Amino acid sequence: MTRITIDRNAWLSEALAKVEASGEVALDFSAVRRIDASVIAGLEKLADTAESKSVQVGLHGVNVDVYKVLKLLKLAQRFSFAGDKIASGT
Amino acid sequence: MAEKIATLTDDRIAYLEGLVRQGKTAAALFTQFTQEDVDRIVKAMVLAGIGQAQNLARLAIEETRLGVLEDKTIKNMVATEFVYDYVRDKPSVGTIREFPERGLVEVAEPIGLIFSLLPITNPTSTALFKCIMAIKTRNAVLFSPHPKAWRCCQEAIRIMYEAAVKHGAPEGVFTCVESPTLPDNAYLMHHPEIKLIDATGGPGAVRAAYSSGKPALGVGPGNTPVYLEKTAQLDMAIVDIITSKTFDNGTICASEQTVVIDDEIYDVVLDKFADLGAHVCDARETELLGRMVIDPETGFMRPMAIGQKAADIARACGLRVPPETKLLITPIQGVGREHPLSAEKLFPVLSVYRAKSVDEALRVCVDLNHAGGRGHTAVVFSRNDEIIRKFSEAIDAGRIIVNSPGSIGALGGVYNDMVPTFSFGCGTGGGNSTTDNVNLYHYLNIKRVARRTQAHMWFRVPNQIYFNMNAVENLRHFPSRSAIIITNPVLEQMGHVDTVRRSLPPQTPVRVLAIPDAEPEVKVVMQGVEALRLNKVDQIIALGGGSVIDAAKIMKLQYESPEADLEELAAPFLDIRKRVVRYPAGKTDPVRLIAISTTSGTGSEVTPFAVLIDKERGRKVTLADYSLSPDVAIVDPQFVMSMPKGLTADTGIDCLTHALEAGVSIHASPYTDSNAMQAVRLVFRYLPIAYEHPGDEEARSMMHNAACIAALAFSNASVGVNHALAHAFGARFGVAHGRANALMLPHVIAYNASVPTKFMPSPNQRAYVAHKKYAAVADLLGLGGDTVAEKVQKLVAATEQLLDRLEVPRSIRDLGISEEEFARAMPDLSKIAFDDPSWRSNPRMPLVSELIELFWSAYRGRSPAKPAAVVEPVVALEGSLV
Repeated sequence: MTRITIDRNAWLSEALAKVEASGEVALDFSAVRRIDASVIAGLEKLADTAESKSVQVGLHGVNVDVYKVLKLLKLAQRFSFAGDKIASGT
Repeated sequence: MAEKIATLTDDRIAYLEGLVRQGKTAAALFTQFTQEDVDRIVKAMVLAGIGQAQNLARLAIEETRLGVLEDKTIKNMVATEFVYDYVRDKPSVGTIREFPERGLVEVAEPIGLIFSLLPITNPTSTALFKCIMAIKTRNAVLFSPHPKAWRCCQEAIRIMYEAAVKHGAPEGVFTCVESPTLPDNAYLMHHPEIKLIDATGGPGAVRAAYSSGKPALGVGPGNTPVYLEKTAQLDMAIVDIITSKTFDNGTICASEQTVVIDDEIYDVVLDKFADLGAHVCDARETELLGRMVIDPETGFMRPMAIGQKAADIARACGLRVPPETKLLITPIQGVGREHPLSAEKLFPVLSVYRAKSVDEALRVCVDLNHAGGRGHTAVVFSRNDEIIRKFSEAIDAGRIIVNSPGSIGALGGVYNDMVPTFSFGCGTGGGNSTTDNVNLYHYLNIKRVARRTQAHMWFRVPNQIYFNMNAVENLRHFPSRSAIIITNPVLEQMGHVDTVRRSLPPQTPVRVLAIPDAEPEVKVVMQGVEALRLNKVDQIIALGGGSVIDAAKIMKLQYESPEADLEELAAPFLDIRKRVVRYPAGKTDPVRLIAISTTSGTGSEVTPFAVLIDKERGRKVTLADYSLSPDVAIVDPQFVMSMPKGLTADTGIDCLTHALEAGVSIHASPYTDSNAMQAVRLVFRYLPIAYEHPGDEEARSMMHNAACIAALAFSNASVGVNHALAHAFGARFGVAHGRANALMLPHVIAYNASVPTKFMPSPNQRAYVAHKKYAAVADLLGLGGDTVAEKVQKLVAATEQLLDRLEVPRSIRDLGISEEEFARAMPDLSKIAFDDPSWRSNPRMPLVSELIELFWSAYRGRSPAKPAAVVEPVVALEGSLV
């Protein structure tokens, strides 16, 4: 599983590339306090791609405020929230 | 996607869906914002709006051709500055209000995406207002302006949006439908992502909003009546009315429509209107105006007049008035379709009506109010508070404006302390869900966080209790001008009355009233009251068992408060603090009640209860109130030394039942526990001795104390299911109360000690502890046992042994009651037991089937099942004995 932290600009392209290659991805939100429309758009795109490839994308370290946004936008159901700790490495 | 509307093209639907998507995303993102975030954004928006107030007013007039530039500018200022003044310090994110004394906290939850209609009459000010409310409450809004006010609204929204986004608001937080149509609105009103409709507009728009099935805020139409009463400050009233009715050419729906004027001041008022620039129309002009500005087909105003100047309207109608005319005054003689100018007129035409009396004036105001303006606004000018009160009660209006202008007054924050708004809730009279001035709280879901509270408890007992042998001598401390001893003939014959009489202060005038030794009847009580009245008694000495003392309590109540309705006072209740019926308040010159008990069981000398028999209606009435408690209790064992054995046993077990039931009651407290436990200890130790050795003074004395101490406990903690069963059974089969209790007691202990089928709701209980409290009793008695279950079993066994020693029958069957007879009685028994209030404080809530089971257990006799599973409490009761 590839671990990608959401505090870098390239998170979406990295995640998309990995998902395109049918690899599982874990997005680390532990440094994210608040998300904006660009993150929402990115997550929607990632979810679309992952679903087309039948790949699971896990979101980790998501605070409850961000989780509530995902829930309101019906995005939460498209990701897994297995746990807050992510195994290091790929 | 919402239901497809036939007249919308796919492109239009895609366009509307795009707006919804933007708003929905913005609303979701907005939930992450803090109070500081929204307050910063709101301030920036308000400043931007104030800076554009005049420009927006100009745009509105250019587009709508309604209103007055200066007034619209002021409205835009009010919608920004005044509204900001109201919202600036109000929390709207997270915790918004706290009520620590009630354990309540209110937490704000945004609504989400709001669909908002904007009116043609107040387009930009309403848009500014709604934008500020939405940001303050973290909501997104999709606006749909009136088609003829779309451009100015869009500009107002753009100004607000740019200021908001610049200061951090989510993109898409405000969107606006371009060239909106009714099908657009219908589509959006039914869209599942729209969470609230805020419809400020005409009746059609409001009706559509409420018909959508969505939560909606809709404002109804107005038809503001004004009562100008003869005591009013006329100069002020007339200036206020002209100011209001001409404000923005009368476009505010709260503006005055018809002024009902007292006959005495009518002519003066019209002259003053004329002096200040109004034109008072004659009958011909009024009739002409009525035809021209009100559509005779619909009864509603014609659009051509709305928001136009008075002189322009006059000219359009063919009237000749000076160009500077502010207002057209149209005298009318009634209300309704035949008087067209009694309808709403959102332009500077004001009807007047001459009223011959206050009643007529109020009736006409009600007629106007019901002619299209229910729930909206009404105005009264008067210096007579009674007139203002009558008007307020008669008129159905969310805003009743007193001695100030209707339109500006209703907006709030200028002439009064109402909440500033541009949206008037009109209540159900106007087909709305609120009568409020719509404000930020209507844009929030307010969540109540309710912390567990503990009900206030008490421990109320008589002021003075004298006990031990010869305690009766303490009567010398209670002088009286006229005393009466209530007793029964047997006690009188036994010489107890003489003992009491001798103990009173010398020369105390005292009379004796001997009543039958049975539960008191209404007739007996009323005879007693008559005796109290005849002798102007100030002290009652009740000498006897429970029946005599109960009779004395009720006599005192009726003597002090003849108006007290015993039937009503006996109404059942769940919680004495919340009972429907209140007992008479304390008297300034109360009668002293001294209770001297001659049995060791009921404890009536200290309890707040009294039982009365209503023979005429064939029922027993139980009264309960602390005002019934005697003022002084004397617990002197000399009066019980000669109690017969059977009575000693029955009353002693009654006392034990009181103590055990109070101990496990849901109203038990550390105060009642201490008394309950002590009473149990005394009963187990001294009751067998008193029974077997009636002359044992110590045993008699301790049992007499035990009865009183147990009563102190159950007076405050109440009893339980044992009493409910015993009351039903005893009444049906004529079994003495104490004996009936005894037959139930072991079964009830086992029942309460097992896992309840239903727990009894009780905020003061933090866990189920009845079994632990029984175990604590077992420990107190030194019964042994290692586990709670064992200890409970030991207590049951010890209780059975005590009953055996007292020669109490082992079962109901042993009383000679056949199984068939008992089975026949069971439907009534179970019903009456379930209706009995005694079990309301039982630790477990009895099901009817369980009451039946308990009755049958008692019928079969004392071999109670071992307590089943025992509950391990999570947290023990604080301060209790376990």
